[in-house]
Amino acid sequence: MVESIEGYLPKTINAALQILNSEDVVVYAGGTDLMVRYKNDANLLPKFDKNILYIGQIKELQTVKQNENELIIGAGCTFTSLLKEKHVPDILKETIIGIASPAIRNIGTIGGNICNASPAGDTLPVLYGLNSKCRIISEGSERIVKIKDFIYEPRRTILYKNEILESIIIPNEYFNKIYYKKVGARKASAISKLSFIGLCSVKDNNIEDLRLAFGAVGATVIRVHEAEQLLIGKNLDGLKKYIDEAVKIYENKINPIDDQRSTAKYRKKVVMNLIKYFFNIEIRK
Amino acid sequence: MNKFMTFTINNKVVRANKNTSRRLLDFLREDLNITGPKEGCGEGECGACAVIIDKKLVNSCLITLGSVEGKSITTIEGLIGTKQYEVLEKCFAEAGAVQCGFCTPGMIMAGHALLSYIPHPTEQNIREGISGNLCRCTGYNMIINAILMASKRGDGLW
Repeated sequence: MVESIEGYLPKTINAALQILNSEDVVVYAGGTDLMVRYKNDANLLPKFDKNILYIGQIKELQTVKQNENELIIGAGCTFTSLLKEKHVPDILKETIIGIASPAIRNIGTIGGNICNASPAGDTLPVLYGLNSKCRIISEGSERIVKIKDFIYEPRRTILYKNEILESIIIPNEYFNKIYYKKVGARKASAISKLSFIGLCSVKDNNIEDLRLAFGAVGATVIRVHEAEQLLIGKNLDGLKKYIDEAVKIYENKINPIDDQRSTAKYRKKVVMNLIKYFFNIEIRK
Repeated sequence: MNKFMTFTINNKVVRANKNTSRRLLDFLREDLNITGPKEGCGEGECGACAVIIDKKLVNSCLITLGSVEGKSITTIEGLIGTKQYEVLEKCFAEAGAVQCGFCTPGMIMAGHALLSYIPHPTEQNIREGISGNLCRCTGYNMIINAILMASKRGDGLW
């Protein structure tokens, strides 16, 4: 049997971009999502239908840089490497350690998690909550897009065929009430039934900033700015009526579905419980 | 493009045809007769196929040959003969950590990989270290005990 699939192993981003510009290829970083998607029976070739552009070996995609205003994480950074990086925020590390297992984290990348654009992608809620941006490059050009605009439906991003996600930009922001909860069937190797991230900044009993993001309860990550704005600027005393209103808004905007992992009813119940828990208990701790 | 790829597998340089999308697991088992790594799920969830590349534990069912061109790969067969393996084997036996044995190569690789980074792990470290390895027989306790025992008996080896 002659294999017709070629694999390219460029050493630099530029070499990779040149290939992307001249050929329709599959971009393979860690491969942990792709190899499941293209899985074939034992001893048969995975069902790749295009040549493979390997980018996992490109060092330029694996840097982490802390600037004055923001943290820039190379899309090719593996999960394990990010757990060891001192500048990566604790909340992102907490999210990462809930992903899969050590063997997957050793080769899976944050860029892959984003570009796979699963509704249940675990790095996504916290990246949405932190107002992260994506730097996209192609041969000769670049653009920066908010992460909420990068993914537009399950499995689909706005990348053109000759573009690659180069890095994730996370603004340096401070929150003093942070809560993350991943709900899954096991402690490891579990795809989320739903996930919750709450980020709040409380100063002198006032809510200065508030972000809530939910994973696996919609086609993409859900954030409801209307509800957040309701509570920002308010004092913790007398918050109840605003909480009740915000909860009503979330009740309306969050409409999960039944799927193989969970039911709409369970997801809705649990996410609403987590929202109320965050508002009533976590931000007051 | 070159017609061949080379790798180092268990300290031996091996050549493969430019068959880049073939799974590392299949290449090991079918072409090289290295059958320690096993296919339990083929999706990276069970850990039975675990090998070590550059000190890191990875699932060989999720890796194409093309992606690891030039790298150094260690399977359980490559670990056998080392002092570290001797300790692990003894402790796994004594702790009753092997029943059917199917998960065992993966578990030992996971244990070895963990001890390479954390020579004196807590029980929690061990649980996390083997969190990607499934066992249907033992209930995991004996495996955790075995790795804990190995970290003590093998003090200085890792």
